[in-house]
Amino acid sequence: MLRYANPTKFLALSRALRPWLAGATVLLLGAGLALGLRVPPDYQQGETVKLMFLHVPAAWTAMMAYGLMAAASLVGLVWRHPLADQAAKAAAPLGALFTALGLLTGSLWGRPMWGAWWVWDGRLTSFLLLLFLYLGYIALWNAVEDETRAARAAAILALVGAVNLPVIEFSVQWWTTLHQGESIVRAGGPLIAGVYLWPLFLMALGYTLLFVSLWLMRIETAILERRARTVMLEGG
Amino acid sequence: MSALLLRDVRLAARAGGSAMLALAFFAGVATLVPLGVGAELPRLARIAGGVLWVAAVLAALLALDRLFQADFEDGSLDLLALSPLSLEAVAAIKASAHWLATGLPLTLLSPLLGVMFGLPPRALLALFVSLLLGTPAVSALGAVGAGLTLSVRRGGLILPLIVLPLLAPAVIFGAGAVLEVLDGIPNGALGLLGAFSFCACVLSPFATAAAVRLNLGS
Repeated sequence: MLRYANPTKFLALSRALRPWLAGATVLLLGAGLALGLRVPPDYQQGETVKLMFLHVPAAWTAMMAYGLMAAASLVGLVWRHPLADQAAKAAAPLGALFTALGLLTGSLWGRPMWGAWWVWDGRLTSFLLLLFLYLGYIALWNAVEDETRAARAAAILALVGAVNLPVIEFSVQWWTTLHQGESIVRAGGPLIAGVYLWPLFLMALGYTLLFVSLWLMRIETAILERRARTVMLEGG
Repeated sequence: MSALLLRDVRLAARAGGSAMLALAFFAGVATLVPLGVGAELPRLARIAGGVLWVAAVLAALLALDRLFQADFEDGSLDLLALSPLSLEAVAAIKASAHWLATGLPLTLLSPLLGVMFGLPPRALLALFVSLLLGTPAVSALGAVGAGLTLSVRRGGLILPLIVLPLLAPAVIFGAGAVLEVLDGIPNGALGLLGAFSFCACVLSPFATAAAVRLNLGS
């Protein structure tokens, strides 16, 4: 594992892996969509249940992205490894994007189901806060001029956020039960029939691989950018 | 330790310091709300907890970006880092001074504003206690943000973006404590708020010190 902390070795591995990951992403998303579009309408939600296959995996991926970002931040902070810093930095915009995608599809789903584009539901609200956490992280990276300092400051923020995230999640859930009537429990719950479960599973895997492919690509770009800058400085 | 605390509180309390500004801001925001949502007291009482909590958080944020900045610019932060006091202790003292200068006055002023919002006496007490319990968390977590944005020019602009999502639990439980009294349904908000505040105050100085340390750059 530590072998690949070397940027050159990482580049080689990442380049070798990426086509396979991208191919698997296309296949999984294709299969998931093909299956997902053919599921029978839900008895309560009708055709709109199909939005679940776009929405739920986006939400899962967004949370996973924060976990990975925080883990990379911890590695970067403890072992002072630049590659981990770059990995954390590269994960943030993707995580923000998946969070925004989750909010957007949630909103599109909410319109027919709840009759409103936005309801102050626990999950929606905590996701909005997650989006702000991502934005703050990205803003801090961009605001600090010195790159090593920016990396460490952002890493501290990511970790503080990671500690606080479960509390925020809990408080928002607590808050929605306090505001009874505004929260609407989603139909279905854990009792999802197999016919829905399979496409959901495929889509979740597809989203995850999509994230990983894009993540690797962004890390590669960051490494190459850095090298290009070094070459320019040496040549100039 | 107490010398540093006293110095910071004195700096904040003197004319033009952050304490008066924060208080004025708090009262100003609270005055604008009835103008925006209408003056019926029952409705105002209903939202008072939330409004005053949000106003208190914003007012506390206002003074945060100067928490380390002034000492950073004139070099006294370097001296503090070299002093036998650990940077964690310095961070905790700075956050405490910020609380004494903003959180505590805001808390003391809150019953007055609560009366103007038509809160019954028992809800006033809940508001007061919730601010007393919760505003230390605002100062502690805010100090983390102040440390992180220390070397950022105009760091005051991204500081709220960083800190506000982290403070969501405080606002939720704080406003919940007032609603508990208004609705008469026990919800345990004060206990949760106390737990959140306690954890924030204990853990934050470490993150703040780490943030300050990296910005002092050695």
